Amino acid sequence: MTKLNLDQHQIQEARSLAAAIADDTQRFVDAHTTVTVERTICRLFGIDGVNEDEVPLPNVLIDHLVEKNALAGGISYYLANAMLVSGQTPQELAEAVSRGETDLTTFPAQPQAEVEELLNQMAQEAAATIRANRKIRTDRLAQYGDKTGPLLYVIVATGNIYEDITQAKAAARQGADVIAVIRTTGQSLLDYVPYGATTEGFGGTMATQENFRLMRAALDEVGDELGRYIRLCNYCSGLCMPEIAAMGALERLDVMLNDALYGILFRDINMKRTIVDQYFSRMINGYAGVIINTGEDNYLTTADAYEEAHTVLASQFINEQFALKAGLPEEQMGLGHAFEMDPDMPNAFLFEIAQAQMAREIFPKAPLKYMPPTKFKTGDIFRAQVQDALFNIITVLTHQRIHLLGMLTEAIHTPFMSDRAISLDNASYIARTMRDLGDEITFKDGGLVQARAQHVLSDALGILSEIAGIGLFETLEQGKFAGIKRSPQRGKGLDGVVQKDHTYLNPFIEIFMEGERA
Amino acid sequence: MSQAMKNLVSPYGDTLNDGKVQLSFTLPVPNDERGMEAAKVLAKQMGLREPLVTAHITLDKEFTFYIVYGSVSYQVNLDDIQVEVVQNEVMTMDETDDFIRSRIGRKVVVIGASTGTDAHTVGIDAIMNMKGYAGHYGLERYEMIEAHNLGSQVTNQEFIEAAIELKADVLLVSQTVTQKDVHVTNMTELVELLEAANLRHQVLLVAGGARISNELAKEIGFDAGFGPGRYADDVATYVVNELVDREMI
Ligand code: B12
Repeated sequence: MTKLNLDQHQIQEARSLAAAIADDTQRFVDAHTTVTVERTICRLFGIDGVNEDEVPLPNVLIDHLVEKNALAGGISYYLANAMLVSGQTPQELAEAVSRGETDLTTFPAQPQAEVEELLNQMAQEAAATIRANRKIRTDRLAQYGDKTGPLLYVIVATGNIYEDITQAKAAARQGADVIAVIRTTGQSLLDYVPYGATTEGFGGTMATQENFRLMRAALDEVGDELGRYIRLCNYCSGLCMPEIAAMGALERLDVMLNDALYGILFRDINMKRTIVDQYFSRMINGYAGVIINTGEDNYLTTADAYEEAHTVLASQFINEQFALKAGLPEEQMGLGHAFEMDPDMPNAFLFEIAQAQMAREIFPKAPLKYMPPTKFKTGDIFRAQVQDALFNIITVLTHQRIHLLGMLTEAIHTPFMSDRAISLDNASYIARTMRDLGDEITFKDGGLVQARAQHVLSDALGILSEIAGIGLFETLEQGKFAGIKRSPQRGKGLDGVVQKDHTYLNPFIEIFMEGERA
Repeated sequence: MSQAMKNLVSPYGDTLNDGKVQLSFTLPVPNDERGMEAAKVLAKQMGLREPLVTAHITLDKEFTFYIVYGSVSYQVNLDDIQVEVVQNEVMTMDETDDFIRSRIGRKVVVIGASTGTDAHTVGIDAIMNMKGYAGHYGLERYEMIEAHNLGSQVTNQEFIEAAIELKADVLLVSQTVTQKDVHVTNMTELVELLEAANLRHQVLLVAGGARISNELAKEIGFDAGFGPGRYADDVATYVVNELVDREMI
């Protein structure tokens, strides 16, 4: 299905360079753990709730280990060992630690084989819960049939989960296939996950397990009414990537934003911290059958979409390799890209086609995530409708899968119910009337579209070889992505990274990487 | 006819003073006759003559979207209108540098950030970064301005600490997220913290962002506010003149 006649050797070379970059970074990842990775293990073992100061119990436990200078061995060992001695459950132990009654590091050491046996058993139980959720999704999709063509994706962002539900149900009835609950400002910098249902947020709503559960139930309900499976999306990004991935696995989210590079560049999260977090969170997403969404489309909000297009492609190559390392199959890689060129540029539409088609051909199995115009939206909502229509055409023409709908009020506010409806109508109209247009079209040999795509590919190859030479961390330090410079010694969350010692255990890695999934 | 009469305006459709307007809104009602009537009544209450509901679209069982056309019965007297723009004559970068050399005699220290939980940097970068925005160089390029861009998600506390440490003359605050007036809360907190630290009158406090107006900024206790379409040269001109006028040098 190649229409662009791209240089296949360059594609292969780009892939192997990206693999080398990921290998190099993975050495750092394998040697470290973080506070949130360890809290994730607590959550997967069923530890939940908050203490009287509203501190989540997973935080209480991990802070306790940090205080005892024992994090390098990982929480798993201490929990299992304490369970063997005390006969208490993980939750009971967490509560005891919270009351100051128990010190996990002082239990007499039990035989290693018994500890590992217990850990394996507990991890298998958690994995079974995740597989059961996965099966519900598969069954529902089988029952109702999955949609072919682009999945219409809209956001809700009222700040109040109950209001979000009202908006989400309306959107589903208007034709939305994926509902994303945007997170409130500031959550990505919290080194804990808030607890319970929430009604106060700015520009979005807190990601909490209870909010996930409430929205999941609402979407299942409206999905049953409509005879469709409505997918739910939220964000793993921030300082709690793997914890949120675990919550998503437990509450059957279907799509999750998952991109360390986004956190580094757009939230100033420390790169060492988040690259380690990303690995475990992608592993969980992979096992749970969640489609990840990567965030390279955002580069084009700070850098020029025409000049810097190759950085998006280079980042997609790298993200693909990181995902493979975490056991995430191509079918779950919602690599991101965007329609963000200056509307004043002649032929911008052609160049956008070139790039969208290029992404499609280079990542043929990936459910690509295509982002709408945002940066050049103004308060002129009438023009915004046209911008979105052009974007919708390319989505259909180039067979994108996850179709984030643009909003006519993008430059004004987070969407009103009516904005979403207008947008869904626009997209459905185009998807319907142009359904097979892409299959009717070929591009002129050596014409503008083919030449542009090849040019972007060559430039991406160029930057990938530079990155392979200096490594990912140095690349970020030099500001090669999104024009933003970040240092490995700065940014949020660095103090939550520790080097593992030789006793370190995480029983989930083997199961998530090698275990049965279906 | 008096002079004032000539300055009365009302919206223009295709005939002077026909008063034609379009509006759209959602009501939490089912899409039926009663809902349409409710939309019409509402339009009348807004001052529309002969409102016409040109579309009524179901958003959900209990929500309907209306598009309404009508004619307003109001007119506006342009002579009664007072707007406060920050200033009129904008100096070029070189003129500003010269002004600082001759009138202030030392570099002006400016710090800027996107504060609170706001992670948007494009606006403050447009004002501060060397390369500037839309053909207007940023403050970092001004020879007589010492500009420090602290980035985004800077807490008010950190911002004040930086102001003290760098001996800032001018504090630039960018705010983009405005949902539930989060910007108002955040900007108010900064003013209070500055007052508590006895610093409010030692600095010029300037806000900017897509939804920031001069009026709003002043109401909150800032010295000025700049909205969309304003650039480094606008801010620089205002700031240096104000520093001199207020004898803050
Ligand atoms: C780019 C962008 C992003 C990028 C930001 C990248 C970055 N590093 O800045 C990314 C993708 C990361 C992003 C994230 C989010 N965004 Co955003 N984003 C935008 C977008 C598309 C463009 C904003 C922009 O860059 N404008 C260009 C600049 C140059 O304009 P400007 O800021 O107005 O600046 C000019 C003037 O205002 C003035 N100015 C600005 N600051 C200052 C300061 C001073 C002192 C002075 C004098 C002048 C001045 O000078 C500039 C030049 O004229 C807008 C939509 C739109 N089209 O407007 C949404 C938008 C601003 N984002 C929005 C939201 C909600 C978010 C999120 C909160 C979403 C979420 N929940 O995750 C997050 C941010 C999280 C957080 N903690 O803040 C909303 C805000 C809604 C509202 N009114 O509250 C918008 C309007 C989109 C929408 N409709 O939902 N976003």
